[in-house]
Amino acid sequence: MTTLDISKPLHPTIGEDNYLTHTRGILSWLFTLDHKRIGVNYLVCVLTSFFFGGMFALLVRTELLTPGKTIVEQDAYNQFFTLHGAIMVFLVIIPSIPAALGNFVLPIMLGAKDVAFPRLNLMSWWLWVTGAVFFVGSLFTGGLDTGWTFYTPYSIDKGSAMGGAVSALMGVFILGFSSIFTGLNFIVTIHRLRPPGMTWFRMPLFLWAIYSTAILQVLATPVIGITVALLMFERTFGIGIFDPKLGGDPVLYQHFFWFYSHPAVYIMILPGMGIISELIAVHSHKHIFGYRFIAFSSVAIAIFSFLVWGHHMFTSGQSPLMNAMFSAITFSVAIPSAVKVFNWVATMYKGSISLNTPMLYAMAFLFIFSIGGLTGLHLGTLAVDIHLHDTYFVVAHFHYVMMGSALIAMIGGLHHWWPKMTGKMYNENLGRLACALVFIGFNVTFFTQFFLGTKGGTRRSWDYLPEFQVYHIISTIGSYILAIGFFLTAGYLIHSLFRGKKAPANPWGGRSLEWQCASPPPHDNFATTPTVGDCYDFSTVEWDEKQGTFVVHGEGQPSPAHSHH
Amino acid sequence: MTTLHAHDAAHGHDDHHDHPPHLAHHWDNPKQQFEAGKLGMWLFLATEVMLFGGLFCGYSVYRHNHPEVFAYSSHYLNTTLGATNTCVLILSSLTMAWGVTAAQQNKIGLLKLMLVLTLMGAATFLVIKYFEYTHKFHEGLFPGIKFYEKPGEHSHMWVNVDSAPPGAAEHAATTETAPAGAPASADQLHAASGGAAPASAPAFEIQTVSITPGTGAALPPAEASTVLPAAAGPAGLGTGEAIAIPEAELLRDRHPAHMQPLQDPTRPANMHMFFNIYYMMTGLHGIHVVIGMIVITWLLVKTFKGQFSSEYFTPVDLGGLYWHVVDLIWIFLFPLFYLI
Repeated sequence: MTTLDISKPLHPTIGEDNYLTHTRGILSWLFTLDHKRIGVNYLVCVLTSFFFGGMFALLVRTELLTPGKTIVEQDAYNQFFTLHGAIMVFLVIIPSIPAALGNFVLPIMLGAKDVAFPRLNLMSWWLWVTGAVFFVGSLFTGGLDTGWTFYTPYSIDKGSAMGGAVSALMGVFILGFSSIFTGLNFIVTIHRLRPPGMTWFRMPLFLWAIYSTAILQVLATPVIGITVALLMFERTFGIGIFDPKLGGDPVLYQHFFWFYSHPAVYIMILPGMGIISELIAVHSHKHIFGYRFIAFSSVAIAIFSFLVWGHHMFTSGQSPLMNAMFSAITFSVAIPSAVKVFNWVATMYKGSISLNTPMLYAMAFLFIFSIGGLTGLHLGTLAVDIHLHDTYFVVAHFHYVMMGSALIAMIGGLHHWWPKMTGKMYNENLGRLACALVFIGFNVTFFTQFFLGTKGGTRRSWDYLPEFQVYHIISTIGSYILAIGFFLTAGYLIHSLFRGKKAPANPWGGRSLEWQCASPPPHDNFATTPTVGDCYDFSTVEWDEKQGTFVVHGEGQPSPAHSHH
Repeated sequence: MTTLHAHDAAHGHDDHHDHPPHLAHHWDNPKQQFEAGKLGMWLFLATEVMLFGGLFCGYSVYRHNHPEVFAYSSHYLNTTLGATNTCVLILSSLTMAWGVTAAQQNKIGLLKLMLVLTLMGAATFLVIKYFEYTHKFHEGLFPGIKFYEKPGEHSHMWVNVDSAPPGAAEHAATTETAPAGAPASADQLHAASGGAAPASAPAFEIQTVSITPGTGAALPPAEASTVLPAAAGPAGLGTGEAIAIPEAELLRDRHPAHMQPLQDPTRPANMHMFFNIYYMMTGLHGIHVVIGMIVITWLLVKTFKGQFSSEYFTPVDLGGLYWHVVDLIWIFLFPLFYLI
């Protein structure tokens, strides 16, 4: 029998040995097979990319302060928004939650020692690094100005599109395989490494979200792989598949691209939703409301995501019947999304809410995601979309979902698990302040763009009519506030690494397994495979003043630990 | 309880004295590890299917858009060689499956034989494929832009309508009824084909093709025979119905077996569409065969080192699964390209 008393930390040697100190030297990090270190490696890479992507965003916003030239010419501006988009999508948001936080948290939540295939996991990270190098390579092979979507025929026209496209496409191809292998690893881990007692419906909801995401990663990403491969051949050899001059069909490229890139939108948001489920339950100290509905809504969103790609192509000349069908299915995505939002709000209702930094980010998510989701309905409506197509309304909408929701959830999750990952507490008041700055800055930046878009301000334009300037100025000021918020966050998080208070095993009162092992966790996570009960039952969790941590009262678990050995 | 290790973290995962050597530290028992490996491989094969799925989708779209191109171009593929390759791969799938069974029954000698036979099958496939590709290159059927080089720049290439000289459209009316089979045109043909295709080019009548004004390009009568109409454009944009395309049967009758494909003036335009998709799909499949050969070689090395037995043969099983999918993809490719 492996039933164990989770009121005590599982490992006897806290403080003496943990995954950070287990082995030393840079090589022990670069070639580690430990999922926790690979997660940290990803985190460092993703946050570095986030810095560069953010810098390009600030350059774009600064350039748009005045009509015409403010700081750079058109060509440089085209590169700025392309690199901003491409870096943020392929290098930051897609890997951020699954590969960085998921790698760290998922096996521990399962009470496992590692993911199913540790070597494959390491290879995924190295593929990410290689892909990122190819991305940077595009800057040195002529630059990249196609937009992150690489639409044909512009991207295959060597006369106008810059020369870095092939390098960037190679980067996307390699990053795709990084993402595929991460997803594959997580699916097998969740299937085969769940501990005794953890049935599918006892898994933390974060795992349901990661599982749904992983299915998308495995099934959708190969399609972008073959698409960018064809585009590379098209540009280098002229195979004619997407080139109308050679009898090809450029709209076929859009179909291929969005067949991946729409599911990719859910690869970005679903793990964020999983994090929000955890944050809201733990920081409200209340059992999650509608567990099964939230779990199934993740799967439903994953399935719907394969059937709506055409809503990116309403103006591409596809048949009205297809437009109507894609529009209808797009609307139906609102159902599982709303199910989640209502269940989160119901979880908070009459909860004992601690306004910790992660919880503030979760509440910011609820607000921002609601706006982002509802404006999606405007764009899914065929007639309205004709008017809003290619305007700042679209920009505002997808930033509300991808940046304001997916990235905000990632930052919230980072604060939630930071004590677990580093063993250090950050300054809570600075955390709240930074969250407020990010929230205000974000809404000032992007809410303004809804007005700009409905008045006809076109996206991706270097120049604009003078009457739009007031919106651009407000939006740019907002982006500066946002940047201050993120720099403050970076400051106090880095500070906490050196000067932070030592983190207890369970600072927030969580009930899932990662809070039952030490902070930071030991190399093997758990000496024995633990048995689990209901990870959202907070009735037995209490603050222990003497130890300075939350503890779980009551021995063992109600579940009979049926040993699977 | 066999898996409760009392070792502490300081020792890491170096002390699995009660584990078989092939069992990684995070698994409870070999069965769990085997099942995880199998699930992982099936998921990977799903990604392979999606990877090729994109190409099959592209194939469907272009076969629908340019049916005449597919009907005509397919005849330049060597069905005998394709059929031979299909048999070779099916046989290698059989030997692979036999090898897995041998491993399960602990017949290691048989396993070695079967892996060697599978490897030879893969090599045979690639050798045949090599001869097929080089033959196509010899005929000028390169992947990519090579199809479009202008006459003169490259000896026996034919110009497409898109590269017609400017101002040609003025002559559209006369081109409509140009007697394309006139002797002057035949000379023109020889001139354009240059030295690479000497006088052996057969004498034939050229099917009269009408070029609609909608395609926007035509040539003076003297050059008409060297010009072919563009096939229908992409779906939704095309002027397809306006172009009179010679019927596929006519083309077949007219096509002498020894004729270089690019010297056949009755060939449909956009023939590159067929061959580029052919090169993309068979090329990607060929890369998979090469990867399969690497995997089988690795399995052979491990077998000779005595690492497999009926207790542990997971890599053989997984490598076999991969190899069957590589075969299966070819079984779809063969009829889609060779047997149209």
